[in-house]
Amino acid sequence: MNTVPDIFRILPEVILTVTGVIIMLIDASLRPERPRRSMGWVAAIGTTFALWASLWQFSLPQGTAFFGTVETSVFTIFFHVLICGIVLVALLVALDTLPADSHHQGEFYALVVFGTVGMCLLTSAIELLVVFIALEISSISTYILAGYRKQTGRGPEAAIKYFLLGSFATAFLLYGIALIFGATGTTEIYDIARQITSAPNHALVLAAMAMMLVGILFKVSAAPFHVWTPDVYEGAPSPVVALLSTAPKAAAFALLLRVLYEIFPAFDTLWVPLLWIVAVLSMTVGNLAALRQQNVKRMLAYSSIAHAGYLLAAFASIGSIGIAAASFYTAAYAAMNVGVFAVVTLAGGYNDDLPMIDDYRGLIYRSPLLGSLLIFFLASLVGIPFTGGFFGKFYSFSAAVQGGAIALAIIGLLNSGLASAYYLRLALAAAQRPTNEADRPQGRAPQLGVAVGAGLLLAVSATLVLGIVPGEVLRTAQSGAHTLQSIPPQTTAPVTASASTIHPAKF
Amino acid sequence: MHLILFFLFAGFCLAGAINLLLQSHPINSALSLIVVMTSLAVLYLLLGAEFLAAAQIIVYAGAIMVLFTFVVMLLNAGREERTLGSRAARIVGFPAVVAILGVVATIILHAQGLGTAALSQGITSTEDLSRVLFHDLLLPFEVTSVLILIAILGAVALARRGDGEGTAQK
Repeated sequence: MNTVPDIFRILPEVILTVTGVIIMLIDASLRPERPRRSMGWVAAIGTTFALWASLWQFSLPQGTAFFGTVETSVFTIFFHVLICGIVLVALLVALDTLPADSHHQGEFYALVVFGTVGMCLLTSAIELLVVFIALEISSISTYILAGYRKQTGRGPEAAIKYFLLGSFATAFLLYGIALIFGATGTTEIYDIARQITSAPNHALVLAAMAMMLVGILFKVSAAPFHVWTPDVYEGAPSPVVALLSTAPKAAAFALLLRVLYEIFPAFDTLWVPLLWIVAVLSMTVGNLAALRQQNVKRMLAYSSIAHAGYLLAAFASIGSIGIAAASFYTAAYAAMNVGVFAVVTLAGGYNDDLPMIDDYRGLIYRSPLLGSLLIFFLASLVGIPFTGGFFGKFYSFSAAVQGGAIALAIIGLLNSGLASAYYLRLALAAAQRPTNEADRPQGRAPQLGVAVGAGLLLAVSATLVLGIVPGEVLRTAQSGAHTLQSIPPQTTAPVTASASTIHPAKF
Repeated sequence: MHLILFFLFAGFCLAGAINLLLQSHPINSALSLIVVMTSLAVLYLLLGAEFLAAAQIIVYAGAIMVLFTFVVMLLNAGREERTLGSRAARIVGFPAVVAILGVVATIILHAQGLGTAALSQGITSTEDLSRVLFHDLLLPFEVTSVLILIAILGAVALARRGDGEGTAQK
């Protein structure tokens, strides 16, 4: 079955790890006073190679590697490409916006790259232990990155809040994994899927599902597990927020899809109503709270909670329609959100010198390009046609309707209307001519560097492609959905059960 | 015999955990954590997981707790100040915790037998261990090194004193 060398199946992760190690080595060999910006380029090039390697994996036949712990399929490649793309944009933004004297830049880029290893692995893991370790890698690197502005009070506050709540959520996931091991005697997702309906202990399986859902829904910041989001986004440096509001979430959504549609498809009568409630809560809470925010990053944080809600609406539909819609929405959301945070980084500065909506007044006159980009991304977040946001919402809500949750789709549409109020408030502020010169916020006109220009170009073109010609991406998402749903038959040599009498979780 | 031991050490474990939360001096909390870890090790032993019990003693009760107490003593951490938390937490939080515990407990008690598991009679050999570690779970074993690397990087990046960084504008 495995004619492909195992290493090819984790090639993107290998490339990223090697890049991270190279960055650390260069960082250690440079004199302390030398600028470390070049390492950002090393990271960006490494991520580009990883992206290319993920695309190359399309030529591999679908299959597993490393004794059934990871797999490559269209689904995993879809999310690999997505995550590498997000990280590439975030790196390019960070390259031009990290202050030249900011501390530990080498570690910054290395952490981003290593975190990406975790996120990528999370999407392709088919063994719950790998899932856990990958999730920890991606989480811990983002906890650290969130606290990178040590000199402010908010940075450490954000990092500690994120760390404490995040570890708590990971503990839930781990407990869920332990319970599922107790119920089925294995941690391999395909084995669990085969045995779960015949598991002798129903209560244990249900408890495991609840625990795992709590852990994953925290990571995607869906209400009622969202309270950390605004504080973390406000305290973390803006280039980091561009990353952590998109890439770890994309990975967590991939995990959610895998867990629900691969492990627990038999229990859909339970989790579909549950996610219905979570989706409605996330949309409503996120939008209502965002309406009241004056701080741009807090507003966008609540908006990302609302977007998690729109995405979860797709889960009302069982089967490949729901998976494809959710995957597509993840891509669209990532493209526009990483773009809007790139603009916020440029307009507000690394240190958030201009954090309020009022500070954006007249942005389009200070910097026409930046102002129009902000309005473009906000339009996509509203869901205006010809942007990725429109088709994302369209597919998500039509999946909900096909799943029979018409009320959910209506609530979602009402919420989108509500959401346009605060997006338009920011867009209007940016488009307004400053009334008098003294009133004008004494902001410098933000400079666009080569790197950040390339990053913005990538984000814009991704948003446009998803909004104008979504067909190809949607087809990939659909075939990914099919690969996710098909559970391969029991192989002749099962991995954990046959070779040894002991079980992995004992250790 | 098993049952007596179980209740004895489960009691120790719970008492240690509660004491850990109630003590206001960090060193007392750290010492009660040792009680928790050691009684957990005995519970593992009762379950027939000898290796895990030994690892628990060596790694947690030994190495990690030594580090803990070292750090507490080096930092010379004083008594923590008691706050009663917010009123909302007291009014809503405690009843909610009790309610959730009640629901979980009833479900577990009403569940139709949680099933029985036989203890493995065979003694776990080094060969069995290494087969799992270096064959079946090779990838997670290797990937853990990335996790540890990140932890080291993070410790360096966050703990080292920065000097006025990020103030100059580009």
